[in-house]
Amino acid sequence: MQLTESHRQYWQKNLRITAVLLAIWFIVTFVVGYNARDLSFSFFGWPFSFWMGAQGSLVIYVLIIWFYANYMNKLDQEHGCAEEEEA
Amino acid sequence: MAGLAPESGGGAFSASSNAAFKKQLNKIYAWYTGGFIAFVIVLAIMEQMGLPRNWIGYIFLGATVLLYAGIGVMSRTNDASEYYVAGRRVPAVYNGMATGSDWMSAASFIGMAGTLYLTGYGGLAFIMGWTGGYCLVALFLAPYLRKFGQFTIPDFLGARYDGNLPRLLGILAAIICSFVYVVAQIYGVGLITTRLTGVPFELGIFLGLGGILVCSFLGGMRAVTWTQVAQYIILIIAYLIPVVWLSVKQTSFPIPQLVYGFQLEKVTAREAELMKDPKELEVIAVFKQRADDLGAKLKDVPAALAADKAAAEKKLADLKAANAPAADIAAAEKALAAVPKDEAAAKDAWTKAKAANEARARPLAGMPRHSQQFAGDPNGDEKARTAYDTSRRNFLALIFCLMVGTAALPHILMRYYTTPSVKEARESVTWSLFFIFLLYFTAPALAVLVKYEVFNVLVGTPFDQLPAWINQWAKVDPALLSIADVNKDGIFQLGEMRIGGDIIVLATPEIGGLPYVISGMVAAGGLAAALSTADGLLLTIANALSHDLYYKMIDPNASTGKRVMISKILLLVVALAAAYVAAQKPADILFLVSAAFSFAAAAFFPALALGIFWKRANKWGACVGMIGGFGITFYYMITTHPWLRSVFGVTSPVELWWGIAPISAGIFGVPVGIALIVIVSLLTPAPRKDIQELVDHVRYPTLRGDKA
Repeated sequence: MQLTESHRQYWQKNLRITAVLLAIWFIVTFVVGYNARDLSFSFFGWPFSFWMGAQGSLVIYVLIIWFYANYMNKLDQEHGCAEEEEA
Repeated sequence: MAGLAPESGGGAFSASSNAAFKKQLNKIYAWYTGGFIAFVIVLAIMEQMGLPRNWIGYIFLGATVLLYAGIGVMSRTNDASEYYVAGRRVPAVYNGMATGSDWMSAASFIGMAGTLYLTGYGGLAFIMGWTGGYCLVALFLAPYLRKFGQFTIPDFLGARYDGNLPRLLGILAAIICSFVYVVAQIYGVGLITTRLTGVPFELGIFLGLGGILVCSFLGGMRAVTWTQVAQYIILIIAYLIPVVWLSVKQTSFPIPQLVYGFQLEKVTAREAELMKDPKELEVIAVFKQRADDLGAKLKDVPAALAADKAAAEKKLADLKAANAPAADIAAAEKALAAVPKDEAAAKDAWTKAKAANEARARPLAGMPRHSQQFAGDPNGDEKARTAYDTSRRNFLALIFCLMVGTAALPHILMRYYTTPSVKEARESVTWSLFFIFLLYFTAPALAVLVKYEVFNVLVGTPFDQLPAWINQWAKVDPALLSIADVNKDGIFQLGEMRIGGDIIVLATPEIGGLPYVISGMVAAGGLAAALSTADGLLLTIANALSHDLYYKMIDPNASTGKRVMISKILLLVVALAAAYVAAQKPADILFLVSAAFSFAAAAFFPALALGIFWKRANKWGACVGMIGGFGITFYYMITTHPWLRSVFGVTSPVELWWGIAPISAGIFGVPVGIALIVIVSLLTPAPRKDIQELVDHVRYPTLRGDKA
């Protein structure tokens, strides 16, 4: 079957959002982790990097996945790739 | 629970029937949760009225295993689509819950908070690694695998890489990872059953196994899914209640996750006190002295051994001559028998004892300061700088391996085949991580609150006034908890206790002074965690063998009924084999679990992700990449890990690459796997046109020209 221009755009947008979210994931995990010793200012009692490891990064992970699901489900609709309800 | 056993045998379901199904599920599980809480309250009242403790244990064990078995019986099926993928109509939320309990194993429930207690910031690698991996699942795999819509992960490899060789490699890797993992779960089941009811360990294993088998044997994925949802509800309630209680007790605030930062500040302050405490220093000096004595003995083993033997013989002779009580003489005889037999044995035993004493001759009983990031010091001398760099590098490498491994474990990925649509698969990952998150962001709080309790309540208590749970746990297994008045001052010091990470969660209710019924509930929660993961893993192994190996490769004409039958028989065989291995109490079980992540990461992730995102990846690239990635990981582990070295008889000197610990061997395997796939694919012809079309097929939830 032939892919239309709309399909190509859909995939490009998918790749772009995947890259952006992956970059956020990388910063939250590895950049913060790498500089953990320097980021130990007090944050509601926790050293900041400890809080990030124990809670902050987890919240961001959930948000990343939630955002991706919403974004893609909308993108499906816009580009006519959504599954029909009565499959 | 009629809703769990629909009359229809798979196939397509309309949106309205899916919505009705979900509504019915909501009702069933709301009743179920209410029922469980009522059950615990009734037991609590009965405990007040004098129900003995071991009865509470029996009732919890019996009721929960019966419940799981009941769900298994009600969801029994022989239909292939129901058996392998639960009919593909599990709503996103419920698939999320099922994935949560599939994911959270005995290691998460029992072990993780303990690891955090013992290692502080270093333990957060597990928290981040085992949650952040879901970002990779969501972005790279789940929706595409759902669109592909077959039954197993080797299915995808076989179709995408066109042939039986990639499929076979997938089967082998899936079995190795899952088997190692399931042994650990069954071991956990044995541990909890023993603690809860007092039956012998081996019997405990087989009791638990019964619960696992009834469920997955009768109903496959369908039964496992609905049981896992039930198990999630029990395990999350069981995990949260004791922590909330401890939080109210210490801070008068019921949401521990929000306030434990302040408890952490107090723990940090107390750590500084304890490190200078003269009594603690006394204990450390005793251990140091013992290590030094052993060191002196090791310098001249024959002479020291002869002296030890002579001393033990003389003591026995003296006691006999003085007509001492029989008990004393027996003890002296035992001491004589315990003297090492020959020089080699003596050297071995003393080296071990020296290391053990040295480990305890450190401040804070060998634990790093709780909120300290990494060992060493970036501004210190050469040695401190190296320690800092290595520690940081290992922390990040471990996170990487755990994350990529999470996104490659077949029993987790398989769950995303069960949702009704790609859309729901995406949402389902969100729910999965949300439900996992509830437990994972509680675990660090639990570790800090328990540490606060130990530092402030236990330390400084006279030995004869220590709470009863300490002695009870010491009796279960001295390796998990042992205390001794090392400096003979009659007061408990931190350095005088050796505690294993595995009991922190199980003992939390007792540490917080809760009624025994809560201990029973926590144990039942741990059991639920171990059983649910074991269910998922056994199913993965049995399906890899029956569906992929037998049906796809050996006998493609086998009828559906025959395939399901073979799968069930294999399930039984694999379960018994795993129970047999677990009953041997293999060494280093925790290491093996983490090793499974490195293996899965190196073997599966590059081939799966590139298969979706790079059309040019072909059969030979995938095969070489999987073998190479897995091979390098395996090679690094057997040449560096002490236990594997002894198993495989490796004698060459240990050479760490960049100081990376064997547990994170996947950090080498993943890049090697990716590089090999890319290089070999480019050197060999591009995949056929229909394979490239398959890639397009999985990339778009609907594509005109797709088979409906």
